[in-house]
Amino acid sequence: MGYIVPIKELGESPLVDPKISLHEVTDVVAKVTENKAPRGWWFAFLFAASFTGILGIAVGVLFWYGVGVWGNNSPSYWAWDITNFVWWIGIGHAGTLISAVLFLFRQKWRTAINRFSEAMTIFAVMCAGMYPGLHVGRAWYAYYMFPIPNQMSLWPNFKSPLMWDIFAVSTYFTVSLLFWYVGLIPDFATLRDRAKTAVRRKVYAFFALGWLGSNRHWQNYERAYLILAAFSTPLVLSVHSVVSFDFATSVIPGWHTTIFPPYFVAGAVFSGFAMVMTLMLITRAVYGVKSIVTMKHLELMNKIMLTTGSLVGYAYGMEFFLAWYSGNDYEWFTFVNRATGPYAWAYWTMISCNVITPQIFWFKKMRTSIPVMFVASILINIGMWFERFVIIVTSLHRDFIPSSWGYFRPTIVDVLTYMGTLGFFFTAFLLFIRWIPMIAIAEVKGTLPSADPHFGHAHADHGDENHDTEAAPDAALAPGE
Amino acid sequence: MSAEKPNLPKKTMTRNALYLAEFSEPGACLHAAERLRDAGYKSFDAHTPYPVHGMDKAMGLGDSKLGWITLACGLTGVTAGWAMMWWMNGVDYALVIGGKPPYSLPSQIPIMFELTVLFSCLGTVFGMLGMNKLPRHNHPIFESDRFAGCTDDKFFVSVAADDPKFSVEKTKALLESCSPDGIELLKEEI
Repeated sequence: MGYIVPIKELGESPLVDPKISLHEVTDVVAKVTENKAPRGWWFAFLFAASFTGILGIAVGVLFWYGVGVWGNNSPSYWAWDITNFVWWIGIGHAGTLISAVLFLFRQKWRTAINRFSEAMTIFAVMCAGMYPGLHVGRAWYAYYMFPIPNQMSLWPNFKSPLMWDIFAVSTYFTVSLLFWYVGLIPDFATLRDRAKTAVRRKVYAFFALGWLGSNRHWQNYERAYLILAAFSTPLVLSVHSVVSFDFATSVIPGWHTTIFPPYFVAGAVFSGFAMVMTLMLITRAVYGVKSIVTMKHLELMNKIMLTTGSLVGYAYGMEFFLAWYSGNDYEWFTFVNRATGPYAWAYWTMISCNVITPQIFWFKKMRTSIPVMFVASILINIGMWFERFVIIVTSLHRDFIPSSWGYFRPTIVDVLTYMGTLGFFFTAFLLFIRWIPMIAIAEVKGTLPSADPHFGHAHADHGDENHDTEAAPDAALAPGE
Repeated sequence: MSAEKPNLPKKTMTRNALYLAEFSEPGACLHAAERLRDAGYKSFDAHTPYPVHGMDKAMGLGDSKLGWITLACGLTGVTAGWAMMWWMNGVDYALVIGGKPPYSLPSQIPIMFELTVLFSCLGTVFGMLGMNKLPRHNHPIFESDRFAGCTDDKFFVSVAADDPKFSVEKTKALLESCSPDGIELLKEEI
């Protein structure tokens, strides 16, 4: 979209199978939503949907009895609720990274995976968004979080990073949804035009907004896409930075550090890519979209995981070093306690999953082995969950007064709520795969060699025709070119 | 939209809406757009499954004006965010927390940023739809049975009948000289 140089002039190899035609791209992607769902989809859907039901029960129990049904207690007032909130928000970040940051960097390989990961972002942010509302205790007062008039004539305290978080997360959700929907408009039009039944055509036509593929529309559309990408890039960095402010602006040892914003962002991208990889490998195998999502895509994603995993490893080392270098006894105690205290098992799980696991991707053989990357992606998801658990619970469970020290244990409601959000996430994801094109059809078409208007023509006249050098936009308006 | 319409007995008055020429290659579509531009047509369009590289120039389109809407919305967002926090925390119900002044700019920056992004993005998306006059579910182009290919692998050029240079014969001749796969004259009800 808006490419300045045709693909082959960059000396790149084709991004998807070069023999695939425009029609085949439409067909491969649209068929998934048109054919009957495979039996496996139904099993997965019923399984995930039953966990969504369990979420309802767990939340009902919480509302009925109050937050005492969770394991949170003095001094660990934050535990699984905030761990899961940060974990889910982090997972969402890969979707925005793929859709916005890679778009700005003209990484065209993103077209095969962006729809997929943007959907993941939206569902992950939904899961994350539940937790702040649930953990306030009296959920019916959750609207106090928003600046709307209430019976006490009080306004929210905008100096609190928790308020910043409300605005960051809700903006992030809205913008991700807009970005996703804008990308979907041309693809909904494709499904509309292929629809065999009147109901199906009407539904997709409604969402396609009467898309005509008009170039006058494409022009504004591409500009809108570019602007959304340009805003989403700082937005995604701001969201996890603001999440880290929830911790960093407090004076709790282990939280009060300036490395948190970049460290959280790197971790978020790392965990998000792992989740994209897990979902992608399963979907790719089940739905046969291997000609579009190729090994090259997977390898590039593994390289990003190696990079972000190493950044996270660096951050772990640096915060440990600074805890010692600060000369602050409480800070140093917290870190030694993380690595050797009662939660040492969690700390070392985190280190092995997040720091050691991605290092296997230095080897091409590992980067291109599907079983290896599948296992690694799951380990990274686990490791990143433990990272948040380590940051939150191990910093809190031994506070300044040894008499209040304790050991946090989750209750069954904690576990079921978490499993329930996983169920909700997969339910939403399975519905997405079933009804919405999971690959951005129009965008993939734009990266095909045959999409280039000069495809199959001699390039001798290239210098004379001004229309594909964007350098001089005014030249197009000159008559008689 | 509905493929059945042309088969209905025509009781209503119709008039020419547009010419639609179909191509199977982006290059041919691009050259047809260049020909129309050079012939002085203004109200014509290309319809493609993806944005074809160089088509804006081939059609003689200027730059998209969308960015101005985004700018206006972004400025509104940052101002609204600042004003909300200043009024709520600084004026209407002054909260002194942590010894900080009730109105304090540094702590407002994250929310001002988020609201700038939120307003800009809403403005961008709805501005884009507004500039494109979408949603519009009823368009004479949907009367064509072949137009469904536009979202698959076919490329179209349309010339609207309201173009001052539009002529049933001459426009057809010009389109035919671009060797399309097919030409249709679509009607609309008055």
